[in-house]
Amino acid sequence: MAVVEVRDLRKRYGDIDAVAGVSFEIAAGEVYGLLGQNGAGKSTTVEILEGHRRATAGSVSVLGNDPAQSGREFRDRIGIVLQSSGVEQQLTIREALRFYGSCYRDPRPIDDVVEMVGLTEKIDARIGTLSGGQRRRIDLALGIIGRPELLFLDEPTTGFDPVARRESWKLVQRLCEGGTTVLLTTHYLDEAEHLADRVGVLAGGRLIAEGTPDELMAAAPDATISFELPAATSSDELRIPSTASIEAGVVRIETEFPTAVLAEITAAAVERGVELVGLSVRRPSLEDVFLQLGNDSGEAPG
Amino acid sequence: MNWPSTLKLVGEQTRYQVLTFMRSPVGLFFTIGLPLFMLVLFNALFGDGTVDTPAGSWSVQQFYTGGLAAFTAVSATYTNLVNMVPIRRDDGILKRWRSTPIPPSVYLTGWILGALSIALLGVVLQLTLGVVAYDLTIDVAKVPAMVVTFVIGVAAFAALGLAVAGLVPNADSAPAVANATILPLAFVSDIFIPLENPPRWLDLIGDIFPLKPFVNSFQNTLNPLVDAPGFTWDKMAVVIAWGIVGVAVARSSFSWEPSTSGSRRDRRRRSRTTSAAI
Repeated sequence: MAVVEVRDLRKRYGDIDAVAGVSFEIAAGEVYGLLGQNGAGKSTTVEILEGHRRATAGSVSVLGNDPAQSGREFRDRIGIVLQSSGVEQQLTIREALRFYGSCYRDPRPIDDVVEMVGLTEKIDARIGTLSGGQRRRIDLALGIIGRPELLFLDEPTTGFDPVARRESWKLVQRLCEGGTTVLLTTHYLDEAEHLADRVGVLAGGRLIAEGTPDELMAAAPDATISFELPAATSSDELRIPSTASIEAGVVRIETEFPTAVLAEITAAAVERGVELVGLSVRRPSLEDVFLQLGNDSGEAPG
Repeated sequence: MNWPSTLKLVGEQTRYQVLTFMRSPVGLFFTIGLPLFMLVLFNALFGDGTVDTPAGSWSVQQFYTGGLAAFTAVSATYTNLVNMVPIRRDDGILKRWRSTPIPPSVYLTGWILGALSIALLGVVLQLTLGVVAYDLTIDVAKVPAMVVTFVIGVAAFAALGLAVAGLVPNADSAPAVANATILPLAFVSDIFIPLENPPRWLDLIGDIFPLKPFVNSFQNTLNPLVDAPGFTWDKMAVVIAWGIVGVAVARSSFSWEPSTSGSRRDRRRRSRTTSAAI
């Protein structure tokens, strides 16, 4: 059964459709990544699913409930890591977890939560004295204190240093092993690539592509072969296809069939006894996919 | 698993509010410290005077202790809520609580009972200082009236605090709103200055708003010229009426979401969103 079902969701602010007809599903235990730039409609979508905002049109089902109509039972089963929420700075981590944990039916033990997010040594420190990255980990801790079945992670690693990001990725992965369903929003592509089982790309309030990170990559722009054009060699001699671009002596070839093209060119180079300096074949990253899809938004949905 | 009992939840919430307040030096100073200092100061300046009323004269010491104790109760409730609620709202802390299974009524009760606890602490300190240092006598027969007056006043001013907190546009303007509404009234409400034969219009302003009726009612429970039981129901009716208005306004003005011109973090986020939309 799908934990989250979104059908043709719309949210209008004044004359602007922040969300303009989005549909997707998240299965139990799945990590679903909503990827998009600021203003793409990620946060609006997620806040509707959390019950913080009402949809203008369309249907939304979260854990079998309509979040806009749901109360205490519903909020006991979800955990929310909000992008912009502060925590009482006067409290220690232990106190904050105690007070927030006290309103759930079955809160996790505080020591377990603190260990999961790697703040054991800081448990009795006032939150106001902690670094930004440590505070984001408190956000995570507060998000999971109630043993949520569904966890909303709204840009969980914004402002993290690389080490802290890796650590919180590990934490999210550990949570998923426990069967928690996760809806992640991010504008970090490597984060979606790393964490998400499936990714939906939002642009202009529409879902412009959806699939596993690998599938998105497969729908991606072609691979790029590049190398420096050897001196005193013409592009014909190396049998370089006419689609190639040559700029400042560097050849770039975008191709769907990098193996075949490479075989031609390297064979020609070997025949002439020249070395291709800086030869590389680059697979597109999700970033390239994302940028391309963002540029095409409003046209063909993927 | 069962839900935690409402009593336990309310207890935790009250503890949480008192603890966060006790760790805010600024709030602690203005709510508890400053009125105590004023009591010392006013007594040093005017301590041997009397307040003359149609019913007779009574000592300034008793006048000030009662007035400043009532003022402490109003600071702990009205002023603190008008200041603290918008700050926590703009920081996203209210929204965070709204994401948890806590019933909203329990959360708001925590705010009110927390403010009441702080008010109680402030009033007890104030009266203790009055008894120890300034010959204040507390008439046991009027203690019930004192307690009832305190509870009604605190509840009404807490409701008004929540109402105004909801109307305050953002945390930056909250202290200005709190002070601009309460300080001018305090000067015409028998707290800092005993008003003997004030101009009619000042008297009227004092009587219309709830501060002076509450202060006078509380002072009466300490005034030796007022006989037990010491209830001043006509003035308390004004306080109760304002409290009802407060509840009604708070119900529609209270918001969990950070204000649109809210915290710096929020502004930054919005401007990012706007530029992306363009």
